[in-house]
Amino acid sequence: MPAEAAPSKPKAQKVSKDELLAFYRDMLMIRRFEERAGQLYGMGLIGGFCHLYIGQEAVVVGLQAAMKPGDQVITGYRDHGHMLACGMDPKGVMAELTGRAGGYSRGKGGSMHMFSIEKAFYGGHGIVGAQVSLGAGLAFANAYRGDGKVALVYFGDGAANQGQVYESFNMAALWKLPVVFVVENNQYAMGTSVARASSETHLHRRGASFNIPGEEVDGMDVLAVREAGKKAIAHARGGKGPVLLEMKTYRYRGHSMSDPAKYRTKEEVDAMKEHHDPIDSVKKRLIDLGYADEEGLKAIDREVRAVVADAAQFAQDSPEPDSSELLTDVLIDA
Amino acid sequence: MPKKSYRQAINEAIRMEMRRDPSVIVLGEDVAGGQGGTGGVGKVGNIFGVLAGLYDEFGPERVLDTPISESAIIGAAGGAAMTGLRPVAEIMFADFVGVCFDQIYNQAAKFRYMFGGKAKTPLVIRTTIGAGFRAGAQHSQTLHPLFTMVPGLKVVMPTNAYDAKGLMIEAIRDDDPVIYMESKLLYDAEDEVPDEAYRVPFGEANIVRTGKHVTVVGMGLMLTRAKAVAGELAKAGIDCEVIDPRTTSPFDEDTIIESVEKTGRLVIVDESPPRCSLASDISSIVVEKAFKALKAPIRKVTCPHTPVPFAPNLEDEFMPNPRRIEEAIREVLA
Repeated sequence: MPAEAAPSKPKAQKVSKDELLAFYRDMLMIRRFEERAGQLYGMGLIGGFCHLYIGQEAVVVGLQAAMKPGDQVITGYRDHGHMLACGMDPKGVMAELTGRAGGYSRGKGGSMHMFSIEKAFYGGHGIVGAQVSLGAGLAFANAYRGDGKVALVYFGDGAANQGQVYESFNMAALWKLPVVFVVENNQYAMGTSVARASSETHLHRRGASFNIPGEEVDGMDVLAVREAGKKAIAHARGGKGPVLLEMKTYRYRGHSMSDPAKYRTKEEVDAMKEHHDPIDSVKKRLIDLGYADEEGLKAIDREVRAVVADAAQFAQDSPEPDSSELLTDVLIDA
Repeated sequence: MPKKSYRQAINEAIRMEMRRDPSVIVLGEDVAGGQGGTGGVGKVGNIFGVLAGLYDEFGPERVLDTPISESAIIGAAGGAAMTGLRPVAEIMFADFVGVCFDQIYNQAAKFRYMFGGKAKTPLVIRTTIGAGFRAGAQHSQTLHPLFTMVPGLKVVMPTNAYDAKGLMIEAIRDDDPVIYMESKLLYDAEDEVPDEAYRVPFGEANIVRTGKHVTVVGMGLMLTRAKAVAGELAKAGIDCEVIDPRTTSPFDEDTIIESVEKTGRLVIVDESPPRCSLASDISSIVVEKAFKALKAPIRKVTCPHTPVPFAPNLEDEFMPNPRRIEEAIREVLA
């Protein structure tokens, strides 16, 4: 792969009916989940920080389709979509958002902090950029064991300006670690646009001085994401070292629930929703290809909404953690 | 029993654990050293020679020279530990934690709790502490209070070669993140050290000298100074009980309280500035739990609230020295 590959062209990519329907369902699951999380937040059932993934669904769903079982995922705090894409139970995720005993972290982590060895999800991390160094460690362990696994390490355009990211780029490239760095460039680090924060706005070039090949990808197109992911993961798995994928994407909501997102115009957001929505484009493709009709897609939506409703109910019914939980899990034996 | 230095004892502990368990690896700056230069391979074994020979025995897969990138070192070690490897990472001087403290106190220390007991991080971070090396303000600090105040970390300060070996074996087998602080001025100190593997448990203080007049607690190098002063004062009929906490987290309060209940007097010797230090912590514990046993005010012998000076005369005065320790003991007995 050249260090300066051209963006993946939206060429006629081979995709089966079942795959396309699965992409539709998985992206819709994230969207409906996040919409519901936003509602629960508004109702006061979720407190603190809650960073919604709406608009970016194609990134995690496309990359998950490019991974093999056992490949690991680690990300920052906008993590709900990643966990659902990894196959974690929506009930456990939603119940963690509400801080209940039935949550993945038994109510002790919250929206930003969940973990599942079974699904190879190594966390939701709250310090911008720190997961990149940890992700290099996952990849190091894979290389050390020679188990053929690849680590997918997600971070945002904001984290791309953190120093430790580049320490880890250097180390990962030096040691040819099996890692794919995925920068989800959703254009805004909280309220600061990429152009106002980054001297090099083409973030896929940020690996060039470490000889890490980079590629810009249309992160709103799940098929383009999957294709780029397949190539990058094959490169990493083949012992050639890391790849940096820049997913050009967009978040429809504010940085977190408390952000009214006044730093961008309604027209800008509406234009993205209107012309680039990742779910709408798959829906159109399904209909154009004759893989589904409106009625069939509505049925999928009803099924997804039912799963999300169950998760929301579980998240409200699950008990608060017992007060004794305050003191447990500080150390292994404690 | 064979005599071995503190340096040899640490080396032997790591070597034995690496032979026993292939998941133990070593990484850090110049931990092997020498490769690629003209001086031959594996000649350095870290700046103080503590790891000499490990590269020759275990090779580049298990003894890794890293770039000068502390965040990437601790991040990679933490990420690898989450998957079950047992990295022994080195931060050359404790002072350098300033550039990677996020990976220690926000990352490794938090995983167990914030992931609801699902994560294990069996990580050892070795580092060096202490003034007296004419190394100036940024290579001489004794920063155990910084780590001790963080829940989720274990903090070890061996004061002799026997403990150094047993505490290192315990640290490597422990499933929590452990900060292992080596006193630079003790590297050549010899002690009787068994050839076989043995463990010194955390949270068990060592009464290195029994006595009835005054309790003297010392951490790290200061323990050896306190012990020497106690030996001198014994000739004058002053009978000191000298306690080595061995680990500052977990911390053996009981042994100190029982001793103070016997002697009624307490002197704490700590190479650290006086505020928010381990000395002030021990003082507060004793006041809370054994106030009625005290026959005199507690005396702390610490560094002044200054950076570590360079000039030898200033540095010698900066560190708690035998004269000040003796004065404090005589004062609480007056």
